[in-house]
Formats: sequence, structure tokens, C-alpha cells
Amino acid sequence: MSATTQPVLDLRGITKVYGEGETAVHALAGVDLQVARGDYVAVMGASGSGKSTLMNIVGCLDEPTAGRYLLDGVDVRRRSETALARIRNRKIGFVFQNFNLVARTSALRNVELPLAYRGIGASQRYAQANHALDRVGLGARVSHDPSELSGGQQQRVAIARAIVTDPVLLLADEPTGALDTHSTADVLKLFDELSLSGRTLVVITHEDEVAAHAKRVIRMSDGLIVSDERVTAVDAAPPMTDVAEVA
Amino acid sequence: MSLRESLRFALLGVSANKTRSALTTLGILIGVASVIILLAVGTGSSRAVEESINRLGSNTLTVLPSSTDDSGGSGAGGLADIASLFGGGQTTTVSGTLTRAPELTMDDAAALVDNPQAPDVLGVAPVVSAQSVQATLDGASHTVGTFTGTTPTYLLINNDTISAGRAFTDADYAVHRRVVLLGTTVAEQLTSQAVSDLVGQTIALNGKQFEVVGILGEKGSTGPQDADDRVVAPATAVQDTLTGYGSLSSISVKASSADTVSSAQSQVQQVLDSRRGVTASDRDYSVFNASSILSAATDSSATFTVLLGVVAAISLLVGGIGVMNIMLVTVTERTREIGVRKAIGASRRDIVTQFLLEAVILCMFGGLVGVIVGLAGSQFTIVGVVPVVQAYSVVMAFGVAVATGVFFGLYPANRAAALRPIDALRYE
Repeated sequence: MSATTQPVLDLRGITKVYGEGETAVHALAGVDLQVARGDYVAVMGASGSGKSTLMNIVGCLDEPTAGRYLLDGVDVRRRSETALARIRNRKIGFVFQNFNLVARTSALRNVELPLAYRGIGASQRYAQANHALDRVGLGARVSHDPSELSGGQQQRVAIARAIVTDPVLLLADEPTGALDTHSTADVLKLFDELSLSGRTLVVITHEDEVAAHAKRVIRMSDGLIVSDERVTAVDAAPPMTDVAEVA
Repeated sequence: MSLRESLRFALLGVSANKTRSALTTLGILIGVASVIILLAVGTGSSRAVEESINRLGSNTLTVLPSSTDDSGGSGAGGLADIASLFGGGQTTTVSGTLTRAPELTMDDAAALVDNPQAPDVLGVAPVVSAQSVQATLDGASHTVGTFTGTTPTYLLINNDTISAGRAFTDADYAVHRRVVLLGTTVAEQLTSQAVSDLVGQTIALNGKQFEVVGILGEKGSTGPQDADDRVVAPATAVQDTLTGYGSLSSISVKASSADTVSSAQSQVQQVLDSRRGVTASDRDYSVFNASSILSAATDSSATFTVLLGVVAAISLLVGGIGVMNIMLVTVTERTREIGVRKAIGASRRDIVTQFLLEAVILCMFGGLVGVIVGLAGSQFTIVGVVPVVQAYSVVMAFGVAVATGVFFGLYPANRAAALRPIDALRYE
């Protein structure tokens, strides 16, 4: 299997059980999921459907109870904490519902952070972080603290931080949950652009508006995938893209 | 991640809440400053004790009469000797049933001078003391703390200097001339002018006229005892006018060098034992060695210094606990931030380093300011002691402050690093 055809995510029989015996909760009851490079997947489901647990496992923040998980061809089970930290740093870019920027730290410094943990020198960090902020349209606001930015702007800083390391997977957890309509549109447009440029996106959401932008929509219920709907092909443009406008 | 990056994050963390950081730092600051100041006070006071005993003359022996009474024995006599030494040469009457009148005489003193049996004795001075002597001049009057009648050799034995006028001479002694040397305290009490103006004037001591021929050099005071509240006069004149021709209060003996003090002591004992027909078991006098009290005093002031140091170390410890407390609060407050950092790739070590450095920065800053405050505070005289700052105490206090940061920062930092990213991210 060559690097290009190998799926970014390859989950087989993933289960996650909290607790033991009679009180055990099966958050994931056997999930199989493959996500190809360049795909844009929306994972939907009501709260308690297991989508957050799936996101934690996909994001290497939590370990599955059983099953096999290959991220970009690498088995991530039973890795040391330090090894998992390195995998998160190199392979995954996180976008959270409440932005999770480091307070009292400028936009530029926030975006530099993953590069700093990777051990990249200051000048290269500066250039890459500036480029990422330009990419999300915040080139003029690099020195602002998170408290000086609107919610939409903060989320765009978070997206810049997620893409600055050039990860194989952009993992977003309710990215528009804390945003107004206008900012939501901005962020979704940004996701479309990132998808167009070939990035792999997995977005956890319960909003149909968000899912409408994805090339593929997965619905979860009671720890299982109940539907898997392909909207457009992996190598096609996302469905809501106004191709003319982007081009 | 590089140490420089961790340091930058730590500095950001410390400066994020300046009031809290400053208050935390205050604990360390007080600890470090008190270590430096208290050790400096301890050192200063032991220096002062050493100096004042050195001024007494470390080669000096003092022969004091001691009563061979039934109850106390020589031990009580020894205590009385020490008490009388600190009482400034005033004789202390030891109560008890006296079996023999222990008297030191002028002949005893004379027997020690140039005696081939006592080759290590350099000088001998008989001392007669008078109590409650009232000195008056033109209506000004002062009760002299210590009134000593002696020979000119006494000044040599006692390391005394003359700041104005002259010392009295062997001739003055021989002809019973009524001359006196005044300590600076006495001189200042008698005149409002410069003390040197007193030289040549005649003062009354308990109504007897004496001519002031010189002013004694300043000795400074040790504790409650003012070493300058004294008058020295020829013993012959003092016996003529004030004390009568009774026994001596003591005999001061100077050994030829610091190394011969003990041999001089045994030679003095030998000479006096044979003169008085006593042996070591029924000796009616005691020979007191100044260097022995020097070592005793040095020991006690060392203990004092250690105690002060311990008190200061406790305050540093309390400061360290304050740092740990605040670091734990900080870690709890910043749980989400820790979660984010871990999610985007911070390793356990990165987090430990960051929070440990925060604690160390707090302590280093507190330590640095504490050193400055400690050095500044040591410039002042504290309870009559001039503090002497020891370089080791500065280095040690600062080092301990930094070590405190590491020690008390380790637990909060490890707690931060042990947080699981999903729990930390979920934390509200």
C-alpha cells in the first residue's frame, strides 16, 4: 500500500468501555471507519452517541478498550505518553469548540506553540506561524491577545494553530458551537478552502449546517455508526463550495 | 522543546498574575532576608564578645581569693570568680562557713614578679577595688562603676591605652601620689567640655582629692557592662584614702605569650600554693584563665547563631510552602491550558519544566530581593549588635531559596504534567 492510497484513518472494531461489570458503559460498541486522504467527513450524532469518545480516540487523547487504530499507517495503541504527545503534535491539528487558545499570549505565539513543542527554531517558527495566520485571513492581527479578538477571529487563530504543523488530519470538535451565524459562515468557508487545498478534515458536529459542507456525513447512535453517506467524491470539491469564488 | 521556550512560558505564567506572584515572593524574600540578617547578628555578637574578651587580654590570668567553705567547695568558688569577673572586678562575698580567711596580699603579688619558678609570667599587677566611689567635680557627680587601685603594669596587662594625658608611673605608685586615670564614661559625666580638658584638674573621689593625669582609651561596652565606666589609680594612694590596707581583690597576671598561658597558670599556682601552705585540694584562691572564658563565650555565641539560623530557616520553609500552595492553585486554574498544551504536543517533561521553572523563578526573584533587603538590613545596628554579613550566608540563603523552588515546585509541576489531556480539556 503506497503512502498516497493508504487511508489517513483506519479504525477497526474500536470499542470503548467506561467502568466495569454491570455499571459498564459502552461509549463505542465496535466502530469501523476508514477516512481517505483529502476527504472531508462530518461526524454527527446526539449527545451520548459516542462521537466525542470517537474524537478523543481519533485524536490520540484517549485509548480504545479494544480494536485496531492506524493513524496515517501508524499503529497508535499502547504508546507511551511522550510518544502520543509527539504523534498529536506531528499528525493532528485540533480545533475545539471553545477555541482553547492560551490566554495572555498573542495570536502569533499561540500559533507558534505546536512548532515550539516540536523544537523548531524561532525564525522558522515565526515565518510558518505568520503564513498560517495569513492563510486564515488574520495576517494583520498577529500581535493581538485572544481577549482582544472576536470569537470568530479566535477560532481562526485556533485553525491557524491547527494547520501550522501541516498535519495529515485536521480534527475539529464542534468548531462552530460557540460562534454566531456570520462567524460560523467564515469558519465553514475556511474549512471548504482547506479541503479544496487537499487537507483531510474530520468535523464532529450536531449542526446540519456544518454537515452540509462535508463530502461525507457519518451519523452515530449508541456507540455505533448508523449511517455513512457520501455526498461528493473524495477528490471532488466540497458540496457547498462556490468554485468560482474560491478560484 | 528548548529550555529557553520553557523559560519564556514560565515567565509569562509568573507575570500573568503579578500581585499573587509578588505576595508569594514575599514569603521567600522574608525568609532569605532573615537568614542573612539573623546570621549576621549572630556573627556580629560573637565577634563583639571575642573582641571584648581580647581587650581584656587573652594572655591574662586573674588570681581571685576563694573561700574554702564547707558547702560549696572549689566549684562555688569558681562560679564566684566568674561572677566577679563579669561584675567588673568587684569582689563577691560567698556565703557559707568560712574556715579560713582567704586573703591575697601585696606580698603574694610581689612573689610572682620575676620569680625564677614562674618564668612564663610576664607581668603582675595587684588589684584593690573600692565600691560605690562617688566622683565629683564642680557639682557634677558620678558613681564610678569600677574603681581599680593597681600598679602601672596593670595597664600593660589589661591592654589599656591612654587617649589623653599620661599613664601613672612607678614613681607615682612609690610615692603614693594621688593621681587617677578616668574612663571615658566617667570623664563625660564630669564635664560637658572635651574630656581631654579634665587632664590636670583635681576631682574628688569620695571627698578625697585626686589629680586627673590621663584619660583611658575607649573600650566599648559588652552587654549591660560599660567597660569605660571606670577609674584607675595607684594602689598605694587608693589604700591610703579609700580602702585601707586590707587584702587585694585580685591579682592580674600576664603570660609571656598565648601559648604559655596554661604553664603560667600552673607556675602561679605552684608559687602561691607553697607561699600559702595549701595544695590543689584545699586551695583558697583560684586562678582564672581569660582564654577559657573566650572559648566558652565563643561556644555559646555559636549556639546562639545556630538558633537564629534555625529560626530563619523555618521562615524560609514557610515561604516555600507558600510557593507550593500558590503553584497548586495555579495548576488548578490553568488545567485547561495544560490540556491544550498537551493536546497540541507538549510532553510530560515540557509541562513539568514549565511549572517547575515558574516556581524556581518565583523563589529566585524572592531570593534576589531578599539578599538585597538582607544586605541593606545588616547595615543597621540591631539590638546593640553590629551585624557582620557572612558571604556564605548570602550564597547559602539564595541557594536554599532556589532549592526550595525546585523542591516545592516539583509536586505541583508533576501534578500538572500527570493531568490527562481529555480530563484537562473538559475541566471547567
